[in-house]
Amino acid sequence: MRGFEYVVADSPASARALAGETDGARYYAGGTTLVDLMKSDVERPRRVVDISRLPLTAVELRGDAVRIGALARNSDVAYDANVAARFPVVAEALLSGASGQIRNAATIGGNLLQRTRCTYFRETRWRCNKREPGSGCDALDGFNRGHAILGTSEACIATYPGDLAIALCALEASVVVEGDGGERAVPLDALYVQPGERPERETTLAPGELIVAVELRAVPWYARSHYLKVRDRASFEFALASVACAVRLDGGRIAEARVALGGVATVPWRAREAEAALAGAAPSEETFRRAADAALAGAQPREHNAYKVELAKRAIVRALRTVCGGAA
Amino acid sequence: MIVTGERSAPLAAAAVTTERPATRGYVGLPVDRVDGRAKVTGAARYSADAAIDAPLHAVLVQSTIASGRITEIDERATRAVPGVVEVVTYRNAPRVPSFPFAFTTPVSEELAPLQTPEIKYDGQHVAAVVGTTFEAAREGAALLRIAYEPAPAELDAGTARQVDLPEQYFGQEAQVRRGDPEAAYAASEVRIDATYVTPTENHNPLEPSVTVAEWRDGELIVHDSTQWVRGTRAALAKHFGLDEERVRVFAPFIGGGFGCKGFFWAHTAIAAMAAKLTNRPVKLVLTREQMFTSVGYRSETRQRLRVGASRDGRLAAVLHDTLNESSRVATFVEAAGGVSEMLYDVPNVAISHRVARLDVPSATAMRAPGEAPGTYGLGSALDELAYACGLDPLEVLRRNHASVDPSNGLPFSSKHLLACYERGAEAFGWSTRPREPRAMREGDELVGWGVATATYPAMRAPAEARVTIAADGGVDVASATHDLGTGMYTILAQIAADALGVAPDAVTVRIGDSSLPNAPVAGGSMSSASVGPAVIDAARRARQRAIALAISSSDSPLYGLPEDDVETADGSMRAKDNPARAIAYGALARLNGGAIEALGGAAPAEEEKYSFHSFGAQFVEVRFDEELARLRVSRALGVFDCGRILNPKTARSQMIGGITMGIGMALLEETVRDPRYGAVVTNNLADYHVPVNADVPAVEVEFVEEPDYALNSLGARGVGEIGITGVAAAIANAVYHATGVRVRDLPIVPEKLLGTPAS
Repeated sequence: MRGFEYVVADSPASARALAGETDGARYYAGGTTLVDLMKSDVERPRRVVDISRLPLTAVELRGDAVRIGALARNSDVAYDANVAARFPVVAEALLSGASGQIRNAATIGGNLLQRTRCTYFRETRWRCNKREPGSGCDALDGFNRGHAILGTSEACIATYPGDLAIALCALEASVVVEGDGGERAVPLDALYVQPGERPERETTLAPGELIVAVELRAVPWYARSHYLKVRDRASFEFALASVACAVRLDGGRIAEARVALGGVATVPWRAREAEAALAGAAPSEETFRRAADAALAGAQPREHNAYKVELAKRAIVRALRTVCGGAA
Repeated sequence: MIVTGERSAPLAAAAVTTERPATRGYVGLPVDRVDGRAKVTGAARYSADAAIDAPLHAVLVQSTIASGRITEIDERATRAVPGVVEVVTYRNAPRVPSFPFAFTTPVSEELAPLQTPEIKYDGQHVAAVVGTTFEAAREGAALLRIAYEPAPAELDAGTARQVDLPEQYFGQEAQVRRGDPEAAYAASEVRIDATYVTPTENHNPLEPSVTVAEWRDGELIVHDSTQWVRGTRAALAKHFGLDEERVRVFAPFIGGGFGCKGFFWAHTAIAAMAAKLTNRPVKLVLTREQMFTSVGYRSETRQRLRVGASRDGRLAAVLHDTLNESSRVATFVEAAGGVSEMLYDVPNVAISHRVARLDVPSATAMRAPGEAPGTYGLGSALDELAYACGLDPLEVLRRNHASVDPSNGLPFSSKHLLACYERGAEAFGWSTRPREPRAMREGDELVGWGVATATYPAMRAPAEARVTIAADGGVDVASATHDLGTGMYTILAQIAADALGVAPDAVTVRIGDSSLPNAPVAGGSMSSASVGPAVIDAARRARQRAIALAISSSDSPLYGLPEDDVETADGSMRAKDNPARAIAYGALARLNGGAIEALGGAAPAEEEKYSFHSFGAQFVEVRFDEELARLRVSRALGVFDCGRILNPKTARSQMIGGITMGIGMALLEETVRDPRYGAVVTNNLADYHVPVNADVPAVEVEFVEEPDYALNSLGARGVGEIGITGVAAAIANAVYHATGVRVRDLPIVPEKLLGTPAS
């Protein structure tokens, strides 16, 4: 860990001002990702702007949307009655992540920006284009059992590690971002950027911009949604593959579906090909398998993660069967 | 005089469970841990909590190449960090010698730290940055620039050029032949030929290794998280050319060790070197990442087993060839073949152990070294044999039961393995198990049951203890032994209380201090069997002196009584025929000038007559979600034959811990090195998976309590390591039973079971 300056913000505006004064400032909320990475010398902020006291913790129903403050704790959101009833996939995703202690500290905004668990990123001894642009990638031909098979590039195969963002991606949530021009809403899948040739750039956030909330439209059929996570350990473990899905059933057919994948892609992965395969089809094992095949059609496995192709497909089938209930 | 040792809390209020039956005494009761309160309240001082004023902090920097040499060290940025006071490297470190492992000076590696620019493995310590604060030292360490000239590195045991064929490991024969194994195998009706692989694993105790070192008037005082204070003392004395009496090592509490703190590692010497250079006390705490390369690991094993048997499952031949890895600077034999020599009644046996010397860190003992991977290989092979013969797997274990030790023909001192099988089978419901795989299903899940034998040798070593009865009637028990969380404080208090006839809350136990009477390494599950008898001996001598005083002092109410007419109970000496005629221990101590003290000892005696081993049976149920390749252990039962159980509560905890570690070994744990560079890439607890609570079902433990008085006067064998043995085999066997898939390489992660057809 390097020496750094610690300042406390008392409003979103002051937070942005404090962050804007210095290159290499970082917002600090729950600290569950940032502090770890500072200790291992991966994150080296010159200034840490503590935003944890800002009044951004509310979870409110506003018209046809639920707005979740960026500083709401993961555990509080998971047990919020509106969230649990209207968006089960979000509550399930939150509760499948980390441990009870970490969920009590971690915040919604910070969780969305959680950084990859790629071991070659998290130790400074390795070559990593994400950490040191242009240095190369030791994961490509290294131990890549946990790495991504979707959205990868020759520069980076690091997996996006979170659970919440997968659920939000499926439900087409937006993040509310405060910047110099005021607030703007960014659809979740426009927040994240695939690595391409510039894996150091992970989001479309401008320097100093602050996530203040997440907005979810309360579409009635989102109540039929589900998050399935497959992992090594039974708890306190990142996904080998995870699936967030929601379906609108109509007259014995799947009228609409939302499917997003975690643990297998460089960003929260919206599986639009799977959704297209499901739309209008009768829920059946064949339909689910066809959707799963479509979702993974573009997978590019490497030496140790080839199993993820089949594992993710099976997880999709199981999640769809579950969410369709007895309809299959 | 240096610092005083830590004292355990007296047994006092913690021991709520000690209703003392008239006939039994405190040994054998589930007494609460005497140090439990101190631990949960934070009062227990572990090595890093040593009360040293304003120590400097050292942070280690480790090699990032596997082989080669340092060409340049740039310390400028490091030394510019405010608070950094010294950078210790091979260029300025005090000169210390290198020397091979010996039990008198138990160094893990023949590699003196920070002496040359040569690099033997990735993770080798190359510098210690010393600062006035931990933060300054850590920042300085991050800024140290070291350039290397790498040399080609060998990282794969399968292709190693140097493969040793050791003659011995810890005094056991490493290459064994009995009968005519090749011919017997070739002539067998049923043959199994399979290779089982266990990965490199790390101990991962909760407490990382720590050394706080201080030089005072030419004496070296070290607070070290070690399982062997006397061994650490001897190694430090040899490093620095000191008499052992001028080195004192404290380890009052240890936050788990599992073997990684058993022998001496370089960081302990480096802390002392840094303290010498700076002339200040230095505290050095390994990071979790550094724990993966600095204090040993369990080597991977590649075990080829050829098992020949008759159709009725009777073994005719076992050939067990095993290969493990170790570094250029240490030979550690992971003796997986040892179990094949003694566990079953087999007339023809061939065992070979080979050690591949690689450019990797040094291997060491980890909980049940040899037996843990060996019982996986042999336990899996016997399960395969059972299926090949069409027999129940437990029946095959029974049919091959050895009633004498087949390795030497000696009778076992006490063996009740058949009772373990029987009680376990009864409690588990084994008789209802369908033999065929994939025959049990519940909901979406396949269910499987597996069984395997647990075994670990019962060892003991010479030990001493001192018992002192004070004027207030309090009893002090002192020995240079250790409590790794195992319960040593508690059982020594129980033992001393019974031996003296006092209440256990009158007993204070002092351990973890090299200046106390000698005790062996807290390893090999031998501390209770070694130190317990020494405490009994010391207590008997103290009691003898007290009786002699009581009957020879005219101020005593027992004056003039024959010795045989005196008994001890409730902290007093009294006349057998008149309990009112009594004198308290404290009063006798006052008559004796304030204290009655006795040094006692005990040593192995009947080694030639018997073979000493503990045994057990592990029963496991797994549930397998075939579609998602999701495997969980849903039941585990261990029934153990470990002699007399001194404290069922602490013994049971040991077994639950062992079985839990076995679940980790079977399903989760693997230390992965980058195949190109040789650096550990799973060097943290997010990537190296130890079981969490959700992975561990309610574990049931039973003991067949048959005392083993041939081993020692307590009748107790050790309980530290046997718990892990057999677990991985029982789980792998249960996985086969559930799925029909035989997994021959651990851990059993989802991708190894994805090949099963989705239902």
